[in-house]
Amino acid sequence: MQEQLEQLAENARRELEAIDSATDMESWRVRYLGRKSDLTGILRGLAGLPMEERKAIGARANEIKSVLGEHFARKTEALKQEASRASLRVDDTLLARGDVTLPGRPVPTGRLHPLTQTLNEVCDIFVAMGFDMVEGPEAEWDYYNFEALNIPAEHPSRDDMSTFWVDSPASDRGWKPLLRTHTTSVSARIAEEMEPPIRTIQMGKVYRYEASDATHGTMFYQLDGLAVDRGITMADLKGTLYEFSRRYFGEDRRVRFRCDFFPFVEPGVEMAIECAVCHGKGCRFCRNEGWLEILGAGMTHPRVLERGSIDPDVYTSFAFGMGLERLPMLRYGIDDIRLFYNNDLRFLRQF
Amino acid sequence: MKVSLNWIKQYVNVSLSPKEVADRLTMAGSEVKGLQVIGESWESIVVGRITAVNPHPNADRLTLVTIDHGSGEETVICGAPNVAVGAKVAFAPVGARLIDPHTGEPAKLKRAKIRGVVSSGMACSEKELGISEEHEGILILPEEVEVGRPLADYLGDVILNMDVTPNRPDCLAIVGIAREVAALTGQSVHLPDAGYKETDTPVESKVSVEIMAPDLCPRYCASLITGVKPGESPRWMQERLISYGMRPISNIVDVTNFVMLEYGQPLHAFDYEEITGGKIIVRRAGEGEVIVSLDGEERTLSGDMLVIADQERAVAVAGVMGGANSEVSQFTTTILLEAASFNPRSIHYTGRTLGMPSEACMRFERGISPELAMPALKRATQLIAELGGGQVASGVVDVYPGKAEPEPVVVSTDGVKRVLGVGFSRKQIEETLISLGFECRPGTSESEVVAVAPYWRSDIRLPVDLVEEVARIIGYDEIPTTMLNEPIPPHNPEPVIMFKRRLSRHLVGYGFQEIVSHPWASQESLRKLLPQLALRAQSQIPESDLLRLVNPMTIDQTYLRPNLRGNVVAALAANRGNIEDGIRLYELGRVFRPRPNDLPEETEMLCGVLSGPRYASSWLGDAEPIDFFDAKGIVEGLLAQLGIAASFEAGTDESLHPTNQTTIISNDTRLGVIGQLHPAVQDAFEVPEPAFLFEVSLPALLPLTLAGKMFEPISRFPAVVRDMALVVDAATTHQKVVDIIDDFPLVEEVALFDVYSGEQVPSGKKSLAYRISYRSPDHTLTDDEVSKVQQSILNKLSGELGAVLRG
Repeated sequence: MQEQLEQLAENARRELEAIDSATDMESWRVRYLGRKSDLTGILRGLAGLPMEERKAIGARANEIKSVLGEHFARKTEALKQEASRASLRVDDTLLARGDVTLPGRPVPTGRLHPLTQTLNEVCDIFVAMGFDMVEGPEAEWDYYNFEALNIPAEHPSRDDMSTFWVDSPASDRGWKPLLRTHTTSVSARIAEEMEPPIRTIQMGKVYRYEASDATHGTMFYQLDGLAVDRGITMADLKGTLYEFSRRYFGEDRRVRFRCDFFPFVEPGVEMAIECAVCHGKGCRFCRNEGWLEILGAGMTHPRVLERGSIDPDVYTSFAFGMGLERLPMLRYGIDDIRLFYNNDLRFLRQF
Repeated sequence: MKVSLNWIKQYVNVSLSPKEVADRLTMAGSEVKGLQVIGESWESIVVGRITAVNPHPNADRLTLVTIDHGSGEETVICGAPNVAVGAKVAFAPVGARLIDPHTGEPAKLKRAKIRGVVSSGMACSEKELGISEEHEGILILPEEVEVGRPLADYLGDVILNMDVTPNRPDCLAIVGIAREVAALTGQSVHLPDAGYKETDTPVESKVSVEIMAPDLCPRYCASLITGVKPGESPRWMQERLISYGMRPISNIVDVTNFVMLEYGQPLHAFDYEEITGGKIIVRRAGEGEVIVSLDGEERTLSGDMLVIADQERAVAVAGVMGGANSEVSQFTTTILLEAASFNPRSIHYTGRTLGMPSEACMRFERGISPELAMPALKRATQLIAELGGGQVASGVVDVYPGKAEPEPVVVSTDGVKRVLGVGFSRKQIEETLISLGFECRPGTSESEVVAVAPYWRSDIRLPVDLVEEVARIIGYDEIPTTMLNEPIPPHNPEPVIMFKRRLSRHLVGYGFQEIVSHPWASQESLRKLLPQLALRAQSQIPESDLLRLVNPMTIDQTYLRPNLRGNVVAALAANRGNIEDGIRLYELGRVFRPRPNDLPEETEMLCGVLSGPRYASSWLGDAEPIDFFDAKGIVEGLLAQLGIAASFEAGTDESLHPTNQTTIISNDTRLGVIGQLHPAVQDAFEVPEPAFLFEVSLPALLPLTLAGKMFEPISRFPAVVRDMALVVDAATTHQKVVDIIDDFPLVEEVALFDVYSGEQVPSGKKSLAYRISYRSPDHTLTDDEVSKVQQSILNKLSGELGAVLRG
């Protein structure tokens, strides 16, 4: 019995020595230390032995079991370390002789259209200042696009906004459908549909009936803003737009507010930012003006508020509107607005 | 509008530099887009006098001209016909910078040898100096200029290129700009003295005016000048017209144009002999009445247009263009001069309808005060009498049915502060308004100013108009910068806006590039989507469901698009040639349908298309081509991320492959389609390989994402997984099988892991193998429990679908 025990220990040690994989380790453990192993069998069979022998063999068997257990743990640890060392060595098959500069496995990469990126960025700035996002119809009644905004028929301001007319019947009020020429049409609807206080931005596509060139498209994006409340002033308008510029263009760009005319505001404002190339001195990029026009704005005209049933003696309001394409054109130096709508992936994949 | 700074200086003292003037005007609302300095490059060009003219020995058409330029004489070769001894000319020495008349580019003058004779300089034409296009002869300067002085002293100028806003017709005049400069610099404006001598003949004895349409013509003034001698206008007047970009024509016409530019009032000179009975009638045109306008075109008028007529015929389209029949000619001796006021909208309509935008039209349609007619008429009468050498009949005819007293506008210091956010004193407000020509008087309270606008400011109507005047003259920079301090209004979200962002986020994650295209469609673009019509150019798509544009610029813009797929597939086709790897595109945009008694229906749609290899080829290997199940997997992933449970049916979309397409359904609502582009459509768009498309409607999708969602606790108990391989009819869909299995209790998940048809399955049948996970939320399932459910599933499948277990 004793001999058998020693032989078993010897075999176990020798086999363990030769093992070099985790699966073999497991079968070794089952064979020598498991519930059905010989060693366990010997220990179970002790009961049938004389007292003397039982004591000696029992002690020896337990000793062997414990030693083998330690060997097993050491060997397991050693194998683990060996595996971990091996995993740090160059893998010839996977990394093709260790050249980590080889290109990775391609994944299809998607992108937002650069104008969507711009729109999201600009909207987020105004949303952070408490403006709610609104969309409106692209096919719109001429009333909201023009009359409600102080642009009556045969007004020269209409000449700057040549219109695509939609071939469908006039409304029972005699309004005719068109493709909106600016998102200010949505502002007119908001003034009519909402009660003050109002703080919204209106954004989307607008359309102009004019030949497209490098700076004009038949379709482009606009974003309009409207704030109506008691006590809103032109100082607030300047502050809001300045803050927009600071967040979009950066701290150090100077901003200029000058008088301009839009039929739906009075006083009217045009905001320009300093040319980033020449810092206001005048260069080719800014056509020697030193400033780049960004948006039009002003205090909402009292007649526009009245048409929306907002009492201009109680409420004051400011409004602003900008073309969106100009922002990425300035930021990335894009020189042709048509690139945004040609859907050429060689352009779109740059953003 | 081009404005000569020299001309402005005739009316107001300007001490600022041209750049400063431009900046002040720009900040105050009249934008100066650019400054053109005339004479900037004339450093070495001086006044010279021709002392001798000799023929060129070797060329008949050329002369040798000797010029005294103050510090010596040079001989130059000249081809101009107008050289004469004694004439003062612009002399450019060798090295001067001139405009090359052939290229229009600046160039340095070189010493040249022409047919054996050396030319040491040049006598310049206007074109070479960059003043005008004139290059027939050399520029002859007035006698009084001093030989040797720089040319820039006489002809130098700065031209302001101005953008005048539509509300300021008064600024379409030199005097108007001068008034702005005066107000901005604390100066005052000096108008020319328009006095002239009159004869004893009263104008009324020769001219009468009747206004039959006072709604369209509030005022008509006329004067009569007899004995005029038509000819060229003087140099100084021509220079003024040229500085604006107008061509001098004759002394009479030039005067009317000059005064229009000077005062802003369009005028018209008639040949009095052509006005029957000397009677002017202002009336609406007859329907279809024809007039030949000054440019020789025959114009057919309508009843809502205004004409100037005599007793027999129309002699001008009022405010737009004169008639050829009463045009001033070289034989004209008597001038009937008109200065009138017309309804701006009527003029705009007429000018636009006849396609005759003119300088007069542009001014009238912006609204010129009737009060301007008289001073402008007198100024023009004076100049015609002076330059045309005529006599002026005494008095003027003035018919003024639209005379109205100016309405005072009241503004208070509080009112200014309420709008601007900064206060100005009553004194500041008054002084600013007075500097602009307003008359101010105290109002009912200490803080009020009652202001009457000068007649030329037809744009002033409301207190806010005065606020703007104060703000723009004092300067917008004086207004502080504050943040909105009112509470943020309650949030009122439009869910579709953030939903679009969410869809984009997912699709970009799946490798899709967003595109944005125009919303146009045409018969041709729509036909390409219909396989049975795709290649038949003659067939017409019915228009009943399409929305036409009234005024498309091209045939491509016939309709507003009824779907997105046309644009998206076209973008795929256009990019296919440039892009090697797979293409995945999507667009979020609106499609349009007619809607009775309302604006067109606009539906937000999402359309995606994918084609080519699944991944870009690389050194690691080539990818398989994209197939139908890529498209479907993407839509399924998208729906899962949106939390929408959907099922799929065989589809019937015409543009898609008849079998490789499916309709997406949720709660009996059709959400959209997925499918392979129909091969004929693929051909029509010239897409080289199969393309797969999905199109879903946002209004259908959005409500399904808004329903409240509750968290499901994670069970502590283990799942039991069983496989079930079924044999069913080939026509039985996976959807039907999975719908049945899903319905049983304890079924947590069903995954299809194999589809097989072939040798080991009877023909007309297929095998579907599912892995079903069973789990209970409250106990560990026993084998028995699971087997029971598994058996009842099988019973139901065999009962309803004839399914049997695969042996």
